Amino acid sequence: MKAKIIEHSEVAAIFNKDVKRVDWHDETLWFVREKRDKAAFQIPEWELLRETASKIKNNVLSNIHKYLVEFETNALKNGVIVHWAADADEHNKIVHSIIENHGVKQMVKSKSMLTEECHLNEYLSEKGIDVIDSDLGERIVQLRKEPPSHIVLPAIHLKKEDVSETFHEHLGTEKGNNDPQYLTEAARMHLRDTFLTRKVALTGVNFAIAETGEIVVCTNEGNADMGVHLADVHIACMGFEKLIPQRKHLGVFLRLLARSATGQPITTFSSHFKTPRDGKEMHIVIVDNGRSTQLGREDFRNSLKCIRCGACMNTCPVYRRSGGHSYHNAVAGPIGSILAPNLDMSKNADLPFASTLCGSCTNVCPVKIDIHDQLYKWRQVLVKEGHSPTAKTIAMKGMATVLANPMVFDLAGKAGRFAMKNIPAVVNNSLNPWYKQREMPAPPEESFREWYKKNGKESKDKRHE
Amino acid sequence: MSSRATILEKIQFNQPSSVTELPELDTLGLEVFNILDTYKTVLQGIGGHFVEVKDYDAIIDFVKKNYPAGKRMITTIPELSKIATMNWMNVDPHLLENVELTLVKAHFGVAENSALWVTDAILGQRVSVFIPQYLAIVVNKKDIVATMHQAYERIENQVYGFGTFIAGPSKTADIEQSLVLGAHGARGLTVFLME
Repeated sequence: MKAKIIEHSEVAAIFNKDVKRVDWHDETLWFVREKRDKAAFQIPEWELLRETASKIKNNVLSNIHKYLVEFETNALKNGVIVHWAADADEHNKIVHSIIENHGVKQMVKSKSMLTEECHLNEYLSEKGIDVIDSDLGERIVQLRKEPPSHIVLPAIHLKKEDVSETFHEHLGTEKGNNDPQYLTEAARMHLRDTFLTRKVALTGVNFAIAETGEIVVCTNEGNADMGVHLADVHIACMGFEKLIPQRKHLGVFLRLLARSATGQPITTFSSHFKTPRDGKEMHIVIVDNGRSTQLGREDFRNSLKCIRCGACMNTCPVYRRSGGHSYHNAVAGPIGSILAPNLDMSKNADLPFASTLCGSCTNVCPVKIDIHDQLYKWRQVLVKEGHSPTAKTIAMKGMATVLANPMVFDLAGKAGRFAMKNIPAVVNNSLNPWYKQREMPAPPEESFREWYKKNGKESKDKRHE
Repeated sequence: MSSRATILEKIQFNQPSSVTELPELDTLGLEVFNILDTYKTVLQGIGGHFVEVKDYDAIIDFVKKNYPAGKRMITTIPELSKIATMNWMNVDPHLLENVELTLVKAHFGVAENSALWVTDAILGQRVSVFIPQYLAIVVNKKDIVATMHQAYERIENQVYGFGTFIAGPSKTADIEQSLVLGAHGARGLTVFLME
């Protein structure tokens, strides 16, 4: 049913063909990273906040059974209808059944990476339900029939000219008018009509509070609220790891989230939904979809602490120069690369390798997930379980033989230096990945071993004189 | 077995065997700074405006001068009923579509991010602060706290069905990271800082 997955490195290679655009993409995301730094440095206790957030999330993961039951009990008391979905398919069916029960064919949806993970839009579209994404970035990529390329900035891979063309085609904006103000205004008018006419609104969940049974949704645009407060039915979908114990813990997370994401002190709206409006309905769908399995993987468990700020993507040198679509997963970048193999190891075996292991992701993570360590650990697991590409396995085995045998190593070195010197075309070609975007270095005259054989003895003698 | 039971059972089995401690929050948010100055600076930094006023009459004057007459204005503040209507709280929320300006009074504000806390009790209707073209929120200067930690201390066990922190006007930077004010919610936010 699904198209064959094209590996990260292949898509990244295509992305890198347009050098100017890649540079622009790289700089744009780095700009966001710098805004994050500026915001973080203004809080003297930033590191303590991160540590506290990390500890709260560790507590949640160690006691999540109790918190989930507590959350459910309180949500029910608040008049909310609670659903449980073991996997993506069940989640989609639940959402569809709620829509069907209300006899409508249309729904407005604010940002929810979980519904991307579950491919809800495709599912509903097959059932004849028209879904409109109301976050501007999501609406743009939806009109272009693309997935979001970033969890916070869904259309970050597009230039304003691209948006202008898309809006010209779908919303009838002036051709060639690339003014972001003008384009945003067009989307505002188009989506206002959507908000006013939809009976069912779906949102994601940033935080769910066990103590009170309420959920918190953070947006800058106000699109989640516009949808929900004008609809008869609010459906909120959440992975179970969104839980936090008490309301006061929001103080920690709301201080960290927007600063880490975009460098804002807080999102424009941080809405706390506790009860439905009089006579209206509110549903919460609690989704597992592999999370309970990840909870059992000790090395990867704490990836579930993620609060989806996207800081690890903005800082990642590989993400910035390969683009979100190259990760073929709802959540891209470093965090996506440690979440995805849990969902499907063979499909996502390439992702933990799409990293330099530089550790920048770990350094900016507001809940202190050891992302780069987990990337490294996933590599061990994937290779052990036979998910590494054949070419890489052969190359690694070949390398192991060479490195284990001094004579072979010596010979290989000599052959290499001879080739680089006398027949450079052997290495200076596109088949050699080291030659991509860089010149090969001049070959050394001799290896270190050869040099040491000559000079090592001499200097030893000198010292003994 | 229901999915609920399956999920909970699997979680029980897979979660760590011992519960880790919850951290104390008492040491957070104790930094001392000028609360009002910080509030003003941060608000301007995120595209909002502030006006310092002595009383509601000053607000009425300001609104008359700065917002177009003849457009629909709504409020939940009785003192402002001269300039804005109060008979909209039980109507179909869709009928608020043509509101130009909503005026409400926040429970309190937060200096570090300029957010204002509003709940059902003062919103009239939940959509009232999202649907208008422009938004104005009144807050007493003495009701501004330093950080989000004090904010949640203040909320404590407040009863509400819906509550939201509003920080600045609705905005987006989804087109090439260019900041545009007025995405779906209010295009502008004026905060009246009252003595």
